[in-house]
Amino acid sequence: MAKILIPTPLRQYAEKNNSVDVAAGTVGEALASLTTQFPDLRKNLFNDEGKLRSFVNVYVNDEDIRYLQKDATPVADGDTISIVPSIAGGRC
Amino acid sequence: MLTQEEVSRYSRHLIMPEVGVEGQEKLKAAKVLLIGTGGLGAPVAMYLAAAGVGTIGLVDFDVVDVSNLQRQVIHGTKDIGKKKIDSAEETMRDINPLVKIIKHDVALTSENALDIMRDYDIIADGTDNFPTRFLINDACVLLNKPNVYASIFRFEGQATIFAAEGGPCYRCLYPEPPPPGLVPSCAEGGVLGILPGVVGLIQATEVVKLILGAGEPLIGRLLLYDALAMRFRELKLRKNPECVCATGEMKLIDYDHFCGIVKQPEPPPLVNEIGPKEVKAMIDERKDFILIDVREPHEFQIGRIPTSNLIPLGDLPKRMAELDPNAQYVLHCKMGGRSAKGCDVLRAAGFKRVLNMTGGITAWSEQVDPSVPKY
Repeated sequence: MAKILIPTPLRQYAEKNNSVDVAAGTVGEALASLTTQFPDLRKNLFNDEGKLRSFVNVYVNDEDIRYLQKDATPVADGDTISIVPSIAGGRC
Repeated sequence: MLTQEEVSRYSRHLIMPEVGVEGQEKLKAAKVLLIGTGGLGAPVAMYLAAAGVGTIGLVDFDVVDVSNLQRQVIHGTKDIGKKKIDSAEETMRDINPLVKIIKHDVALTSENALDIMRDYDIIADGTDNFPTRFLINDACVLLNKPNVYASIFRFEGQATIFAAEGGPCYRCLYPEPPPPGLVPSCAEGGVLGILPGVVGLIQATEVVKLILGAGEPLIGRLLLYDALAMRFRELKLRKNPECVCATGEMKLIDYDHFCGIVKQPEPPPLVNEIGPKEVKAMIDERKDFILIDVREPHEFQIGRIPTSNLIPLGDLPKRMAELDPNAQYVLHCKMGGRSAKGCDVLRAAGFKRVLNMTGGITAWSEQVDPSVPKY
């Protein structure tokens, strides 16, 4: 099982879970499993063409999947997958 | 050269070999621009002034509001209604009259950004919106100045240094901003008052380290802080070879347009909306309608309209079966944005008589019942 960490802004679409364990061989499979479990997350993570949105990055452990094998990046037992969306707040 | 007064004031720095007289002189010579004097800017400004950063620029056009004081500790109750840069300057002068404070009472734009930022060594981004964050990034890349970055949401913070020599920029991390409405703002989502204190001081620490040339700067690393879990994590940031910062195609653009913010002319009045006073009249006349409050339960507890029924926006699809599609509905939230979405949800499900109360419970408090608190 790999652990997907759900960031605060997206928890409202994942029944308030801060992490979800999934059985998956790749990042693509892990995210598919996550969005099957929580369909509301889909439009926040993927655009209409099914590609990861450009203001959302996904990391396996501490490495950006854009510099690994993207969706095909392998996931091993015990890996942590982080979803990191851009947040703007600061002055507010 | 440090004056005798400065030697006394900064003695706890001077006796540390990592700072010493040489480091303190670097701090004195440094020019740092803080963009935003709110949650993040407040602690950064106060500590950098205290530390003896010689020139500190402040950019802000906002005025102090009572709802800022829960976290923007540079401003006090006496400052409500004052310009934030004036209030910030006053606090900083009290902390350290030896530093020079330069006030820029403007909104940063593509037209003025390069001129304002040019004279500083380091930029600290403490703003609250995507257009300005992209603008600051792009201007830092063009001017070759490090952007000490932090952002916060509810219980979570992010911090890093963008656009440092050889390091990644904000666009390497996020090529594009989210479309409006997809990511909630702080005003909608809230923020733990202490959070910008912690995250802002990470920013201030990195500013001081860059000036001193000490330690390992937070370049190429994104620090994530989760206050609820009290956990820090670190992710690797890489310079994206395809990014405009690497291809040399960077130029300042229309950032509102880039972020999908369309300046709309006054929208024509919609028949789908109703003002709070008219809703009050409908209640008084005992008109047959159902008032639905689509806010969250904790907001409902702050204040409510007595005849309202709470169905948080997120629960609306699930609870639609409880509702008669032929009845008359009025939906409201805090400001009118979420309830407009709620109206769309109901109309899409075939509800014909759905009205959005404009201005939400805030407008209700202003126009109908001031005993309902604004928040």
